[in-house]
Order: sequence, then C-alpha cells, then structure tokens
Amino acid sequence: MSDAEPRLKALMVSALDGDGSAYRALLRALAPHLRAYFARRLATPEAEDLVQETLIAIHTRRASYDRSLPFTAWLHAVARYKLIDHLRRAKLRRTLPLEEADCVVAGESEESVSAKRDVERLLAALPESRRKLVRQVKIEGVSVAEAAAQSGLSESAVKVGVHRALKSLSAMIGRGS
Amino acid sequence: MKTDALIDRLSVSAPPVPPGAVWRKLALGTGAGAAVSFTLMLAWLGIRPDLAVAVATGAYWMKFFYTLLLATAGFWLVERLSRPGARSRTQMLLEAVPVVAIAVLAVIELMPAAPAARHHLMMGASAEVCPWRIVILALPVLAGVLWSMGKLAPTRLALAGLAAGLAAGALGAFIYAFHCDESAAPFVAVWYTFGIGAVGALGAVAGRFLLRW
Repeated sequence: MSDAEPRLKALMVSALDGDGSAYRALLRALAPHLRAYFARRLATPEAEDLVQETLIAIHTRRASYDRSLPFTAWLHAVARYKLIDHLRRAKLRRTLPLEEADCVVAGESEESVSAKRDVERLLAALPESRRKLVRQVKIEGVSVAEAAAQSGLSESAVKVGVHRALKSLSAMIGRGS
Repeated sequence: MKTDALIDRLSVSAPPVPPGAVWRKLALGTGAGAAVSFTLMLAWLGIRPDLAVAVATGAYWMKFFYTLLLATAGFWLVERLSRPGARSRTQMLLEAVPVVAIAVLAVIELMPAAPAARHHLMMGASAEVCPWRIVILALPVLAGVLWSMGKLAPTRLALAGLAAGLAAGALGAFIYAFHCDESAAPFVAVWYTFGIGAVGALGAVAGRFLLRW
C-alpha cells in the first residue's frame, strides 16, 4: 500500500486534470484491488456488481477528492461506503467490524482470493460425489452425521470418502497440477 | 457489462475537474438557499426599522458574529464531511467555539443582573417565536446545502446531515438577525442556539435519507 499510494495518487491527479489515459490506467489498477476487497465479504457475482458500482461512484464523485490528502484514504472510504450501503440495501443484518473493512489496497487480500480459486480448481478434479462430501465436511463445516444423512451413505463411508478425497488432493498438489 | 468495457466507457467521458469544484458546488446550493431565505425574511418579517441605530451597538455585532462564525465553521465542517476519508475533528471543535463564547457572554451579562431582570434577559419579548422563525428561514438554506452535499460524497450520512443543519441553521439565524431586535446575550445564547440546534436535528434525520449515493 505504501508503494501504491504515490503511484495511484499521481494517476488520480493527472486524471482530474483531464488526462484520459491516466484515468483509464487508474481505474484498471483499482479494479483488482476492489475485486479482492469485495470478494472477501460477498459472493462472486455480487462482488463484481459492487466493483462496477464502486468504479462508477469513483467516476461520478471524483470531484470530492482533495488533492492534498492521501488517495488511498479516499478510495477506502468510498469502497467502504459502497459496501455498507450494499449491505444495508440487501437488508443483511450483519454487523461489520469497521476496522476489518478498511483496507482495499492490501497484499493479503488478493492472496486469500487466489487461494479460494485454487481450492475450487482442485476440487473440480474430484468425482462429483466426493467433491460434495469434501465441500460439506471440510469447507462448510457440516457434521459427518449430517453429511451421511444427506447423501444416504453410512458415517464411516463418509469419513472414508473424505479421507480418500483429501489424499488424492494432496497427491495433485504434490504433482503440481 | 464487463468491467473492462465499463472502465473504457468511463475513461472517455471524464472532463477535467478544477480543484475548487467542491467549494463551488457548496456555494451554489447555499447561495441559492440563502437568497430565497433572505427574500422570505424581507417579505414576511421585514428588516428591523432601527437597523441604522442598532449597528452602533455591541449587541448587534454580538448576534452578527455569533451566527456568522457558527455558519463559517459549519460550512467548513460540511466541506470536510462531503469528502470521503477526510478528517473533520478540527472543524467540529471550531463549531463549538462560538457556542462556548456566547455562553460565556451570557453568564457575564446574567451575573450582575437583579433576579427580576434576569428573566427578561433570557426571555426578551420574542422567545416563543424566535427559534421557529429561525427554523423556517433556515429551511431553504438546508435544502440548498443538502442538494450540494448530495452531489458530493458524504460517507457518514447522519453526521453530514447534522453539519448541514447546523450550518443552515446558523445562516438562517444570521438572516433572521436583520429582523430581530433582541439585544441580550442570554436570549441569543438560548433561543438562537435552540433554533439552530433544531435545524441540526432536522438535517441529521433528513441526511440519512437524502444524502445516499
């Protein structure tokens, strides 16, 4: 974030002075940060809608940026406002700890997003029935008994299925695929 | 639409933004509201007939500066709160300075006064109408300020609305002072402040709904 600030701010100031290509470069640079920021809190299609909504807000409200202040502070406040506004409109009565909602441009966020994507890719390689078991038991936190009841398998069959699936996943990772 | 396509579309429709754009927008809304409010004051209440005499008194300037400083600090706070991520603590403290000053002046006037005179210093001759007239004269200004702020980007809506209300209330009181012939600091400290505060509360409620973007 500390390297991003001077670069993004320079782009923003040029953009406000009417430099269209700096503006395009700025918006392109912001999109992945916003995507990571919203993906941490919302489902994928919703997050992408909010990315676009925030880009439009950045566009229509760009006059409200004070050139003497840090650009990323402005960006965080805009993205956080859009997120809170979205949650309010969606009537999700979820309380959002604000200190967690305040970094758009941070390293770990993109990592967690790409980690999620990697997990999905690996899971896709499993047979359908096992994929479902792993997702339920290991990701969604469903109990073995519930998974067994849902799938019609015995509890020990569920345990064995999950165990084998994890084994083949770790084999895939070992092969680097 | 794909996000990249959206970015391309946005970046070809971005005319330059002059650095003073925020103040210009606020001046436009506030100026229009204040013009309506001043006209309303002239038509409804009229300027006090003894204005030429009153300007020679300290009491006149006390009201003048109390409302003017409160409005100035209020608009500075409005400007800060219209910008995402901008700090506003200094402006909030500044907003309190005129209120503390008028309270001190009021106490200084009340202390030496006889108990019978104190009641008059507080209530004057227009205590029942003063705050409500201030509220009514402030409404066009409040509408103007909220319109301007709505075009900018306040992120704390109730607080932004409160600031808009206090600034509009102070400007409404400034305009009302052209009519009002009360001259005691305790009267101003209580009834002007009450009227301005009421507009602030109104602004806070209205802001939550009208300032969304």
